Formats: sequence, structure tokens, C-alpha cells
Amino acid sequence: MSSEAPERTYDPDAPATPPPGLGPRELARWAWRQLTSMRTALLLLLLLAVAAVPGSLIPQDDVDSFAAIRYRDEHPRLAPVFDALGLFNVYSSPWFSAIYLLLMASLIGCILPRTRVYWRALRARPPRAPRNLARMPVSASHEVVPDDPAADPAAVLERAAAELRSQRYRVEHVPGEYVSAERGYLREAGNLVFHLAVLVVLVGVAAGSLFGYKGGAIIVTGKGFSNVLTQYDDFVPGAFFDPDDLAPYSFTVDDFDVDFILEGEQRGLPRDFTAHVRYRNAPGDEPTDYDLAVNHPLRLDGGDVYLVGHGYAPHITVRDGDGEIAYSGPTVFLPEDASFRSFGVVKVPFAEPEQIGLEGFFYPTFAMVDGDPMTVYPDAANPLVSMLVYTGDLGLSEGSQSVYALEKAGLDQVTDDDGKPLRIDLSPGQVTDLPDGLGSVEFTGLSRWVKVQTAHTPGTFVALGGVVLALLGLMLSLFIRPRRVWVRVREVTGQPADGGTAGEGRRRTLVEVAGLDRSGSSDDPGELAVAVDDLARSLAGTRVEENQ
Amino acid sequence: MSNADFASLSNTAITFAGVVYFVALLAHLVEWSRLRAVVPAEAGAGDPVRSEGDLLVATGGPAEDNPKVAFWARLGVVLTAMAALIHLVGVVCRGLGADPVRVPWGNMYEFTITASLVVVVLYLALHRKLQLAWLGPVLVGFVWVVLLAAVRILYVPVAPLMPSLQSPWLVIHVFAAILATGAFTLAGLASIIYLIKESRVRKDKVRPGGYLDRVPSLPALDRVAYRVTAFAFPVWTFGVLIAGPIWAENAWGRYWGWDPKEVWSFITWVVFAAYLHARATRGWKGRHAAILCLVGLVTLWFNFVGINYVFGDTSQHSYALEVVATVSLAVTS
Repeated sequence: MSSEAPERTYDPDAPATPPPGLGPRELARWAWRQLTSMRTALLLLLLLAVAAVPGSLIPQDDVDSFAAIRYRDEHPRLAPVFDALGLFNVYSSPWFSAIYLLLMASLIGCILPRTRVYWRALRARPPRAPRNLARMPVSASHEVVPDDPAADPAAVLERAAAELRSQRYRVEHVPGEYVSAERGYLREAGNLVFHLAVLVVLVGVAAGSLFGYKGGAIIVTGKGFSNVLTQYDDFVPGAFFDPDDLAPYSFTVDDFDVDFILEGEQRGLPRDFTAHVRYRNAPGDEPTDYDLAVNHPLRLDGGDVYLVGHGYAPHITVRDGDGEIAYSGPTVFLPEDASFRSFGVVKVPFAEPEQIGLEGFFYPTFAMVDGDPMTVYPDAANPLVSMLVYTGDLGLSEGSQSVYALEKAGLDQVTDDDGKPLRIDLSPGQVTDLPDGLGSVEFTGLSRWVKVQTAHTPGTFVALGGVVLALLGLMLSLFIRPRRVWVRVREVTGQPADGGTAGEGRRRTLVEVAGLDRSGSSDDPGELAVAVDDLARSLAGTRVEENQ
Repeated sequence: MSNADFASLSNTAITFAGVVYFVALLAHLVEWSRLRAVVPAEAGAGDPVRSEGDLLVATGGPAEDNPKVAFWARLGVVLTAMAALIHLVGVVCRGLGADPVRVPWGNMYEFTITASLVVVVLYLALHRKLQLAWLGPVLVGFVWVVLLAAVRILYVPVAPLMPSLQSPWLVIHVFAAILATGAFTLAGLASIIYLIKESRVRKDKVRPGGYLDRVPSLPALDRVAYRVTAFAFPVWTFGVLIAGPIWAENAWGRYWGWDPKEVWSFITWVVFAAYLHARATRGWKGRHAAILCLVGLVTLWFNFVGINYVFGDTSQHSYALEVVATVSLAVTS
């Protein structure tokens, strides 16, 4: 170990081994001291860093639930083990929580005694000067210029006290003996503030995750959204959030603009997209217009609304075998990638004689490239839906299922005359009859949809305030350099140190200054040496040039 | 000049800056190869570990000893400064090359050319204060390699910012990240040299007059690493724990979401916090501190390089492809 502990006023590490045969009380004390030791704190910090790693390697339920589900499907044998270890929810897993809670306990155990020590240090006078200043690690002594009326020892100390006060030292002047000065008290204050602020951040974050919620909803243009549970596609409440407390706001999505990049490497990526909404904070209010965009969220009373995505909703009308309209309306297709080829299903449970299911793709700008159907541009220049047809039992009576997937267990695929799976390709306005008198499908129009995320996160400003406070504390603790400086004036008789002849056997006055760096030895020792020497010179009245 | 002119001027300037950095590197190499012939007077005393290095003074004082060496040393620094100017032109024109004009921090290429410029500027600015002459060859070589990698591997043509990046927070958040990355890198370079020198000193293999003999003493290297890290850490704290969350809340509706990029910047933060904590409370110095500093630097660069390539499609911070729509499985009942 090359480590060498600096001087410390508070040493929580001191007794590390428990004496044998301790009672439970002593054992608890011993355990507490272990937990609050600096070594444990350091270990826990590094452990926290290591523990955070798996959460970035394995898809997390809270971050990307879709990826997590896919990962489970692809690794059927690993997934149960990972699930048991909480590896799909690292940041809320017991072991991750254990590390940061232990860290917090260690932190409290550390700042409480330190605050006590600091409180005493704040009210204490600077400590008395050591007898022999020349033995201090940094010291300087200069002879007072003879015949100087200011050479009187009392006057020198007086000036030393004044000078150190002007340099913002706390000064203890014992007339006729010494001046003792200390500065940099704010370093430890910054330290304590930083640690305390970490707790504040934790409280703020905890408040947000316990009393807040996060939800997502897909809204087709022209439609509205009211902030009630049934309108959400996904909703993640905090442990103590009651869905009845959802703020009563509502809004409609009147229109949606998207502007794509037309040329260059990033052709086809969106340049900008904006949803024009009209909102009400409460049911009786006058509606207000707002342009909802990425980086431009809608802040409402009791919740915020963010635009996070968009896509296409082709209007599809299905007539059943009796010619009755069994299904009609915009159907949300989910984009698969940046090309906006989108996947969607249509479920027609009320079709007679048999239930109908459609599944397939929507191409915003359809083209055949090398014999493959694809979309060549994400804007709707040549829209086309291309779907496969199923009949039979949609399975809707057997509990919940996704609106974006067909449950095919009870379905038969409809085939064409050649026995191949039937595919229907429709452009807007086109209609096609299904075989066997099942009915017909029509592509009547096209809307867009937007995906909004809503969130209510109490404690956000507490957390923000905490981090800002932590940063301030951090800067104080890093950049303030506490020092102690002592000044003594001695009268000596005898040879001057430089062997000069100026006044043999004469009484001479020496100014001695010593300094101590208390910033944990990370300070530049050169700077302190220069400061100490400068002070000694100026008190002795020696001009700098003479000594160079 | 049109946007396209600025964009191509930027490319030319970056290439040219790379060439000048290379010439600066050559100048420094000449300087140090000449120094091999100049054995410091006191080196004969058989004490390769000179301990006067409490002050940040490069031992051996190459500049005063030998006018030829001093010429090459000055030439190296002047060329580095020139290269930095051209580099700056490249970065500025990159921003002017976009339509609409924007800060040039929208993708990995732009981030890399700016971060490497910050490293050089910090080096030049601290050259006198921290007596960094010894760092010249290592730093210029490093920047040259990084710039080469940026141009050869990371280059993408200028393009408009994607919607999620269109925010004033881009300037604040990314600049803080770039500044901290540059400073952490500088501290890491000092730590690497520290570790090499420390191991040679332990084996008593430092050749008098050689490069390792002329870099500052071990305590001085240690202190450079510490002081630069102490500057970078609050900047990093501000960038990833204040500006980042504020922007994330604005754009994505959550201030912290354990996205891989967020996870790794958190890890970097924790490692450097441990570094500072170990120094302040456990008195860690030297080898252990240098290793911890390097661990932090590795997490930082993994975050930048690794996350974008390994987790490209899952991270919201991936700028290879905008996550156009978050596909969610909605369940009906």
C-alpha cells in the first residue's frame, strides 16, 4: 500500500477488530462502526458502480419492456434465473436497493459525528502555536530590519494579526506570545452539505416513484384524451398513487404535422413533428390551443404531457357476409423502424357468419424493389395496406389479449383459389371482396396518430434542488483549502544566520511563520511555502528583492 | 458562403489540423530524441528518483540546457497551437455547415472533434501553470490518433438535428460532457504516465535522461491528475446529473430512466466520486489512486464508444437512429 492517511480530526476507522467475547450491545456498536467506516463507504460506492452494470447489458422491464419480453423469448432457459435474480429490474431489485440503502446508512453514520465535530471546531479558537515553529513542515523565518520603528515584537504581532484577518483568517492573538490563525472552515461545511444533499436527492426521487405515475396513450388525430385510467394503453402507478387522483385534464389532437428530411444521408428521418392540441385543465374550462412537440411538453395542472412518437392509422371498413358494416374506423398500425413500415391487426368479432381477423403491413410510400414490397419514404406519398385474412375464433372470450396481435390458435387462414394464403393489397378508396361470402374490406382513408406520455412526478424540484446543493457543497469541499498559520516573534542574541558582520552580539528580532495544509495533502505544498515566506518577509519589513 | 461550403471547409480544416498535429508530434519526437543525448548533470549521482519534485517543475529543465532542444520544444508547442486554431475553424464551420446553423455536437463525429479540441485547449492553457511540457508528445500523439479515428470511422455528413436534440440544453448538457471528458482524459494521461514511471522506478529501471526521467516527479504527476479531476468532476456532475435530467424531463418525460447511457455516466460519476473520496478520507495517493482514475476513464470512454455501438438500438441516446416511436404492447381487457 502506498496509501498514507493524512492527519484527521475524526477517525471512524480506528477500532476495526472486535475484541473477543462481546455482548450483543457491543457487537451492534461494532457493526455500526464497521458500516460507517470510510473503508466500507468506499467499498459500497464501488459496489454500487459494479451493481449498476448489468442493468445496461440486460433489457430492463421499466426502460424497454418490449426488449425485455423479446429477451425472455429468446433465452427461455436463462430468463427464469434472471427473473429470480431481479436482473430485468436491476434498479428496483432488493440487492441494488440494499447497496444504496447501506450506503445511505453509512452516510448518515458518517455525517452525524462529523457535524458534531465540525460544530465544535466552528466555535473553537484557532489552536495555540507550537513552541518551535521551525519544526513545522512549512516554515520561514526572517530577521526584522534593524532600527525599524515597527520592529517592536508587539507591533509585529499586531501587524501579523491584522494581515491575517485581512486574508480572511480567523485569528487568535495572544499578546507577547504568538498569533494563531486558521481559515477554510467552509471545506468541511461543503463536505457535510454534499452528503446531506445526497439524502435530499434520494427523498425527491423516492417521492416521485412512490407518489407519481407514468402512462402512455396512442391518440388518433381528431380524437381526444381524458386523463382517466381507461384511456391509457399502459400505466405505471407509483406504490402509493391512487388512480382516482388523476388530474381531470383532457385534450384533443386536432392535427399533426411532420416534416421529413428530403435529402442526404439522413433522408427520411423526421426534421420536426408537432401535434396541434386543444386542452382543458378541468372539464368546465375554456379550451386552449397548444403546439405539442418533442422538447416542448404540455404542462398541465397535476401532470405533464409529452409527445414521444407518431404513426399511421388507416381507416378500414369491414362488411360481413350479410353486407352489414361490422368494423369501421382508423386502426393504429405500429411502425417497425424508421422507414415507417407499420404492423397492425383488425379484429372483427361481430362479423357474420364467422369472425374475421386481418393482419398485415401498412406502407406509407409503397414500391416494389427487386420484387420485395417496401416503403421507400416515411411520408404518406403512396399509402398501401397489405393484409392476410383469417376466420374462425378470435379468442376474445378467453380473457385479455393484445390489440396489436392476433391470437391465432382458433383461426384458419383464408386461401385464394390456388390454395395460397390470400393477401389483400388496398390503396385508399379501394375495396375488395373476401372469398366464401365472408364479406369485404375497404381502405377508406388515412389518419395519423401520436403517442403521448403523461407523467406526474412529485419531488422533482426537491431532487433538482438536492443535486444543485450537492454540486455547491462539492465545489466548496474540493476548492477550499484549509490552512493554519502561526506567527511568533523571537529576540535572539548572537551571530546573524548569514554570518554577516552587521551587529555582532546585538539583540536581533526574528519573525517566524509556520503553515500547515489541512486539505488532505492534495494541496500544492509549494503554494503554502510561498505564502508563508511572503508573510514572514512582509512582517520583517524585508523587501523581496534583497533576498533573491 | 453557403452551408455546403462551410461543411466542406470544415472537413478540409479537420484534415489539415490532423496534418499539423502530426508535424507537431514529429517536432516533439525530435525534441525528446535530442534530449536522450543530453544527460542531466546530476544524473550521474546514481539517484534516478529525484525527490525535489514537490514543485511542479519538469526535471532536467530541457529548455535551458540546450538551445536546439529548446527550439524543437517551442516549435512543437507553436505547431500544436496552430493545429488547435485550424481545428477550431473545423469545429466552428461544422456548426455553420448545418442548415439551420447549430452547435456542432449532434453526433459522435462532432462530439469527438470537439472533445479532442478541448483536450488540446486545456493542455495549452495549463501548459505554463502546471508545467506540462513533458506531456507534449503523448498528448499530441493521442489527439492525432483520436482525430484520425473520428475522420476515418465516425464521419457522417452534416445533417439537421433530430427533433429530440433541438433544445438549448444541447449546448449546456453536451458542452459540459465534452469539457469534463476532455479534462478526465487529461487526468487519465497523467495517471498512465504515473503508472509507467512508478513501475519503472520500483524496478529501478529509469534511464537517466530518458523520457520517464524527465517527466515530473511521481508526486507531481499524481497532483496533476488530482487537480484536473477535481475540476472535471463538478463539471461532469453538472452535465449529467443536472443539465441532463432537466433536458431528459423536457424531451422524454422522465428525468432519469436508467437508459444505458445514463447508467454508464452514473457509473463514471460513482467511480470518480470514489476516487475523490479515497483521496480525501483514506489518504489514497499514487498507484491506487491512478488505477482508480483510469477505471473511471475507461467507464467514460466505454460509455461514449461502447454504448453507441453495442447498445445502439436500445439507448435513447443513440444518435445512429432516432427511436421514432416507442412500440408498446398495449393490452386490452
